[in-house]
Amino acid sequence: MSTQLKILVPIKRVIDYAIKPRVNKANTAIETAGVKHSMNPFDELSIEEAVRLRERASKDKSAPPVADILAFSAGPAKAVDVLRTALAMGADRAMHVQVEEASPLEPLGVAKVLAKVARDEGANLVLLGKQAIDGDAGQTGQMLAGLLGWGQVTQAAKVEIAADGVVEVVREVDGGVERVRTHLPAVVTADLRLNEPRYASLPNIMKAKKKPLVKKTLEEMGIDVSARLKTVRVEEPPARKGGGKVEDVDGFIGKLKELGAI
Amino acid sequence: MFSIARNTALRQARTQLRPSQFTSVPHLSALARLLSSLAVLEQRNGTLNTSSLAAVVAAQKLGGPVTAFVAGKAGKALAEQAAKVKGVDKIIYVENEAYERGLPENYAPLLAENIKKGEFTHVLAGNSAFGKNVLPRVAALLDSQMVSDIIEVKSEDTFVRPIYAGNAILTVQSTDAIKLITVRGTAFNGGEPEGGSAEVTEGVDPKAESVSEWLSEDLAKSDRPDLATASRVVSGGRGLKSKEGFDSLMQPLADALGAAIGASRAAVDSGFADNSLQVGQTGKNVAPQLYLSVGISGAIQHLAGMKDSKVIAAIDKDPDAPIFQIADVGLVGDLTKIVPELTEKLKKA
Repeated sequence: MSTQLKILVPIKRVIDYAIKPRVNKANTAIETAGVKHSMNPFDELSIEEAVRLRERASKDKSAPPVADILAFSAGPAKAVDVLRTALAMGADRAMHVQVEEASPLEPLGVAKVLAKVARDEGANLVLLGKQAIDGDAGQTGQMLAGLLGWGQVTQAAKVEIAADGVVEVVREVDGGVERVRTHLPAVVTADLRLNEPRYASLPNIMKAKKKPLVKKTLEEMGIDVSARLKTVRVEEPPARKGGGKVEDVDGFIGKLKELGAI
Repeated sequence: MFSIARNTALRQARTQLRPSQFTSVPHLSALARLLSSLAVLEQRNGTLNTSSLAAVVAAQKLGGPVTAFVAGKAGKALAEQAAKVKGVDKIIYVENEAYERGLPENYAPLLAENIKKGEFTHVLAGNSAFGKNVLPRVAALLDSQMVSDIIEVKSEDTFVRPIYAGNAILTVQSTDAIKLITVRGTAFNGGEPEGGSAEVTEGVDPKAESVSEWLSEDLAKSDRPDLATASRVVSGGRGLKSKEGFDSLMQPLADALGAAIGASRAAVDSGFADNSLQVGQTGKNVAPQLYLSVGISGAIQHLAGMKDSKVIAAIDKDPDAPIFQIADVGLVGDLTKIVPELTEKLKKA
């Protein structure tokens, strides 16, 4: 009997990668009001991979069919926008857990919520981004795999899933790549080179508005996600001042010597 | 009403009684007595990975005794190498081939068991591919919120780490009983593999099964210094136009300086350079004495990986490239002319 994939894709709404974030005046957080937000770039790769797994199965009989792609986000009300983007890219349905912008969940809290969602929804594959570009923690996928006791492959550059549920992943490591085999159910985190995410087309954006989006609250999930870390201070990094330009190669070498670099 | 009042009174009595038992012990020394750190060291084919000594350097800053942890096929031999590492009081080793490749499914339970048995308050590892893969899983098993990629230890519970691609610096206080931490290698260098004499003990081996298996690896071979730890880095970007352009200009330049080669994401995505050479938010973090960027505009994500370099030098054809705003010295012009001239003159210098 062939395995069917039920894929959970967690996504996060973050400040757009092209925007330079500003620290607020009180040095307590990053200024988010009125700043452009988008889907975390690594999560676009996860959605894209889930949709490609479905497309692959439609052409290749040895690949397991994709029964469900559930996009999930725990975040402020506006996180619904990134869920709609995921639906427009090809997710079947979405789930949103509302979390106040002022007190976002920590990776462990997100992992606990995701573990519950994965169990309740019968997911057998969770595809996450390798890190969110705001907190840069890179923990959620590994924590989730630990909580569920599932196999984990992080920093995936290539994912192949066979009909019998064997998952082979090429992952990026220091100095090159390695190939790892695991089995469903599994957690896989996407690295930059996994794929090139598609743009949502206008007809698909329209269709996405009709796809189901379920809202839940943390209270009804019954999970303790209280914060373990306290923000003491957020600061701008020490500014680096450019030292100006030189006219030619001799000037360049002269300046490097003066700076003690060569 | 009455029961509430009674509970309050009891609680008050308890909190007042408790410190009185310890009045002879000053608060701070009690803390130092309880604090003990475990530094997880990496190995490769039976040899210690010295860049993972950053975990020892960071652990020493915490103040308590430092235990190092090694596991793999050559566990005991590794322990003898680790025993010489300066600043380590004790080594825990586990000898089992199952841990050779650091698969998180069995390595995480292994670490969790040894952390519980040793009652460690702090567990540190390098923020390498291994540390990033395994430590969060350990954190979940111990119900602790890990702190990733720290650049400074403020106190036993307060740490500093970059967020938003290094555009902000967060000071964070952990309230967890066991603090799991990965450390940025470039911020905690100076680990010494010789000069110590630690006590060696065998750890517990829970022999957890791994649902994953390691199949093969393909590592970029290079005689050059390791990118993450090199004292000089030359890095190429889109401006080099092709793989041929990248190799023909960057390799002689790197040779002339004895430098490691890095690359921007654009260069990697265009196939000019291997993935493992990418410097930036999602690639490697480097902080060499000299970072020489060639044909790199200087996007936020790239700067995140190199702006702690001691001296930044930049060559690019676009005078308005953002890289010039942070470079200590910049040169504008045609790379195909400037780089060979620079290479020649550096060889003579």
